[in-house]
Amino acid sequence: MISIQNVKFGYRIHQEVLDGFSLDFGMSGIYGLLGKNGTGKSTLLYLMMGLLRPQNGSVTIDGTSATLRRPEVLQEMFLVPEEYDLPSISLKSYVKAVKPFYPRFSNELLEKCLANFEMTPDINLGQLSMGQKKKVYMSIALASNTRYLLMDEPTNGLDILSKSQFRKAVIEGMTDDKTIIISTHQVHDVEHLLDHVCIIERNKVLLNEPLVEKDAAIDLEELFIKTVKD
Amino acid sequence: MQFKDHKPIFLQIAERICDEILGGKYPEGERLPSVREYAAEVEVNVNTVVRSFDWLSQKGIIFNKRGMGYFASQGAKESVRESLRETFFQESLPEFVEQMQKLGITIEEVEQAMNSHE
Repeated sequence: MISIQNVKFGYRIHQEVLDGFSLDFGMSGIYGLLGKNGTGKSTLLYLMMGLLRPQNGSVTIDGTSATLRRPEVLQEMFLVPEEYDLPSISLKSYVKAVKPFYPRFSNELLEKCLANFEMTPDINLGQLSMGQKKKVYMSIALASNTRYLLMDEPTNGLDILSKSQFRKAVIEGMTDDKTIIISTHQVHDVEHLLDHVCIIERNKVLLNEPLVEKDAAIDLEELFIKTVKD
Repeated sequence: MQFKDHKPIFLQIAERICDEILGGKYPEGERLPSVREYAAEVEVNVNTVVRSFDWLSQKGIIFNKRGMGYFASQGAKESVRESLRETFFQESLPEFVEQMQKLGITIEEVEQAMNSHE
């Protein structure tokens, strides 16, 4: 369980992105973290990873403070940021360097994900387009088999076919003990994947509910607009 | 897979599986893809497909063999056809009749139009 309690954080003095913010990711499953631009979605993910430290309050991963950056916690966490650079080395060397940090890393899953994205394993990370970089990094993220996988705007920069491949990869990489948190404002790209939806707006959790279909299909975009407006 | 609004996704997936059974993709007694495989194919959450499979089992169209997955039942095609016929008379036909009445179309006109199609 990831527990965010009463967190205060700002990048500049007196300009808090989050203040008195609390949110729990209690059960395993696929979470959609939705919110308008600039509501602190990415900040939250970085706080969970321990890459940012709350100025007040606490972020704990299964009871251990994220700020401590304990190896036994980090080996169960993987973040796919919105933008990143990869070194100009072969995928093989990169995987060799990353793999020891993740005890449940699965080569089999890596190959499956790469194949699903129509990428071959014999590539150099320096020669990839932005979309290809995303696909390779997401494949590594899923193959790491961490209990917690955080993805920041994963469908940005992907074309329609790649978005579809992304959804397939997430479903194939998901297991019952995993928690995948997808932050996005592209609601339609992920709506059918989600078990649970959290809509946040500055300091407030507007909605935090499991997505269970009742009589009609849920239109997540409608729900989002309605929730944010109210 | 493209989904329509205002109809639960799990039902739309169940109907897709029905169509596939009717089309002979999963012959009677044959195993269906696993829930996860099917979820990946239609790109929806695994739990949604679990509901579709449950719904189909309740209708007797597929059945679960513990630890082995789901199989198309004996007579699955016939049950699907039966269920689709039911839907036709309960949902499609009333809409059709309403349109006919609205536009003043007689049953003879419809028959004529159908005959000229053949």
